Amino acid sequence: MRMFCDRLVAFVLAFGLLLAAPAGNAQTFDAALTKFSADSFGDTEEAIAAVAASGNRMAAQVLEALQDARLAFDPASKKIYIKDKDRVLDALTGNPVPASGELETVRVNNRLRRSIEAAIGGLTLLSPDPAKRFEAAQAVFKSRDAKLMPLLDAAIAKESDASLKRALLEARAAAILNAEEAGEADKIDAVAVIRARGDQDALGLLSGLPASSPPAVARAAQAAVGAIQNQLEMWAGVQNAWYGLSLGSVLLLAAIGLAITFGVMGVINMAHGEMVMIGAYVTFSVQELIRTYNPGLFDYSLLIALPLAFIVAGAVGIAIERSIIRFLYGRPLETLLATWGLSLILQQAIRTMYGPTNREVGNPSWMSGAFELGQINVTYGRMWIICFTLVVFAALLAMLRFTRLGLEMRAVTQNRAMAASMGIRTSRIDALTFGLGSGIAGIAGVALSQIDNVSPNLGQGYIIDSFLVVVFGGVGNLWGTLVGAFTLGIANKFLEPFAGAVLGKIAILVLIILFIQKRPRGMFALKGRAVES
Amino acid sequence: MISAALIRSLDRNATIFLAILAAVTFLVPFCNLVFPPGSMLHVPTYLVSLFGKYVCYALVALSIDLVWGYCGILSLGHGAFFALGGYAMGMYLMRQIGTRGVYADPILPDFMVFLNWKELPIFWYGFQNFAYASAMVLLVPGVLAFVFGWFAFRSRVTGVYLSIITQAMTYALLLGFFRNNFGFGGNNGLTDFKDILGFNVQSAGTRAALFVVSCIALALGFLICRALVTSKFGKVLVAIRDAESRTRFLGYRVESYKLFVFTLSACMAGVAGALYVPQVGIINPSEFAPANSIEAVIWVAVGGRGTLTGAVIGAILVNYAKTTFTSGPLAPYWLFVLGGLFVGVTLLLPRGIVGTYRHWKAEREEKKKAQAPAGVGHAAE
Repeated sequence: MRMFCDRLVAFVLAFGLLLAAPAGNAQTFDAALTKFSADSFGDTEEAIAAVAASGNRMAAQVLEALQDARLAFDPASKKIYIKDKDRVLDALTGNPVPASGELETVRVNNRLRRSIEAAIGGLTLLSPDPAKRFEAAQAVFKSRDAKLMPLLDAAIAKESDASLKRALLEARAAAILNAEEAGEADKIDAVAVIRARGDQDALGLLSGLPASSPPAVARAAQAAVGAIQNQLEMWAGVQNAWYGLSLGSVLLLAAIGLAITFGVMGVINMAHGEMVMIGAYVTFSVQELIRTYNPGLFDYSLLIALPLAFIVAGAVGIAIERSIIRFLYGRPLETLLATWGLSLILQQAIRTMYGPTNREVGNPSWMSGAFELGQINVTYGRMWIICFTLVVFAALLAMLRFTRLGLEMRAVTQNRAMAASMGIRTSRIDALTFGLGSGIAGIAGVALSQIDNVSPNLGQGYIIDSFLVVVFGGVGNLWGTLVGAFTLGIANKFLEPFAGAVLGKIAILVLIILFIQKRPRGMFALKGRAVES
Repeated sequence: MISAALIRSLDRNATIFLAILAAVTFLVPFCNLVFPPGSMLHVPTYLVSLFGKYVCYALVALSIDLVWGYCGILSLGHGAFFALGGYAMGMYLMRQIGTRGVYADPILPDFMVFLNWKELPIFWYGFQNFAYASAMVLLVPGVLAFVFGWFAFRSRVTGVYLSIITQAMTYALLLGFFRNNFGFGGNNGLTDFKDILGFNVQSAGTRAALFVVSCIALALGFLICRALVTSKFGKVLVAIRDAESRTRFLGYRVESYKLFVFTLSACMAGVAGALYVPQVGIINPSEFAPANSIEAVIWVAVGGRGTLTGAVIGAILVNYAKTTFTSGPLAPYWLFVLGGLFVGVTLLLPRGIVGTYRHWKAEREEKKKAQAPAGVGHAAE
């Protein structure tokens, strides 16, 4: 019966709010406003409730002004004004008026602030803007103000959007759970609604129920808390896996070029990280040019940078191969030292050209922002990088498998002498293979410029990780690199919560060192005679 | 037997080297302490420390040359052994500060008081004792190298794979030592030392003494390496370097040889680190940086791998160049020079300075021999 009465009141209220023309209750609004001028907390509280209930178009503005201490009154005329920056508005009409006499600010305390928040939340529950309604529902959910029940009911009745309706129902359930007078069955229903929501807020709400709740409700809430915790744990696992995939894709991107130069050619290229860095700086330069000459193209800057980075890094790679590495084939340790020296030179060259500090590389609009998928937060940047990595990987595999150059590369790798006697110019293939690996490092740099600091040290951070990925995955095997990168990425992210970021990384390094002891040729080792050579 | 090994190890080059080293060991402190400042022959104290630093670097280079030049193990993680030895000495020096620290805690070093630690961590126990700390200088790098090498060599991790995992090892240690809760002063490392064995670390006398001790350590290290590589053991090492599988098939336990020489080399690097720390007055995690270890390898390459004097000469030359460059207006170009050294030496001077010189001399002598019995040689060809 009581419930029915509540509903009735709610409907009446709602109809009142919806149907009454603003002019119709100008009288009540006027009367409510006047109460502010008494400047006593009790009167102000009544006034807040009355203003919220009035449904006047100025109501929200008045309450917001009150919240920000911009609501003022003239002690002489008892009129209420809103201070809006340098203007003064009449609270009744919203029209600017000349400031008259001394204005005093209406004071609020913390208790009032809560009422104001709830009242604003309640007011916007009926806003025509769906986003505002959603926000209001969330605000009410957090405030758990039982006084807003009638408004909520009205909003629920009116709501047609399913997701918004659910948000409102959840807000209502939260309010019910905190209302002294609500029935036990209602409360248990409410617990079920909150349980279905299943996020951190729901957990907080259910574990902080008022002590006066009936035992059945408390039990239901406890069960729900357990269920939500399980669910949250699962989502945390999913989130970790996602972060792991994201990290894995970054590792893969950095290592994939190395898998060609080291894995396929057997050349230790310590300057590989610098190819990544060159790619990142190409992106920076492209963006600088676009900013200066044609800002409209900014969203396409990465697409423009990709081929350029491939060409620039690839050309540098070919130059390195022709001038240094080709003299060192068969001497891996010397190659290591020479390319390390090269990496120092390249870093210093970039430092001289662009300065030692981080350079700002912007994100195009389609790379920024995020969306929610269940309980996990997916950023567009990371998502595109994963997609991009897989595309690069697939393209590389296809290239090695289906093109003439790929065929020749595989031939030279497997048996250089035989390939040469079949008429393949092996030295040309060496240069092109090295250029390909470097070029891929360059486009990795374009992607990494989006998530990492573009500085001359960019490559240094990736070189050890990339080598570990390639060695862990198995030299000479691109699939091994793929599996290795994602395994390391995910393992890293799952260790982080227990061990912290740095210790997790150390643990991974130690594990890899142990793994290499066990399987010195990596996960997917090449078999046969080629191994020993 | 030992004297026999010593005599065998002292050929003409080694004797000249040791004589020069002895002269430097005597002259530098002598000129520093005896001649007054302003005198032509005076060597300022900062130079004594600088030379002491070079000598420590030379000892590291020697240890790398022993494993790389003679056994073919390219370790990119010797900086880790160097730094661990340095930390062991640093811990001793920290405990010697006592109540003279900023927080005047009789037991806890300043950084622990700052981090609000109440007790000394167990692994810091005993470091107030010099003998214990000195033992740790040898033991910690030695045990790490032994365990690491035992795993690596037994599973036959060789060549670049070994290089990469040694680099990963020093990288992991770098990350660890950067952490405050690791208990080694985190980012700042250990510094602000006051005295060593009761002598003020800053005073000219202590500096000179440290220099002499470093030189003696270098000489000892040189003699040990020399005795090792001229022995039968050294021949096996070279055989492993040149054809590992063949040596194994001939019945030698390749792993044991490698493990021994790797551990010995790590201990030498540890000693170098321990002598380095009191002379520069600080040890921090950046010593673990992989770049440092690779840089030490290039000293050996410049001097000539497989020639012990070459390693020492390379370390001193490169570091002297580094000091000259980085203290002048050419500082930004130092990395170009260093990088160029890496590339140039591997491409154009693969034997290094000393190696090339010896090669040239040997060739000349051969030519002389060929020319002496003229006619006969040509006919034979």
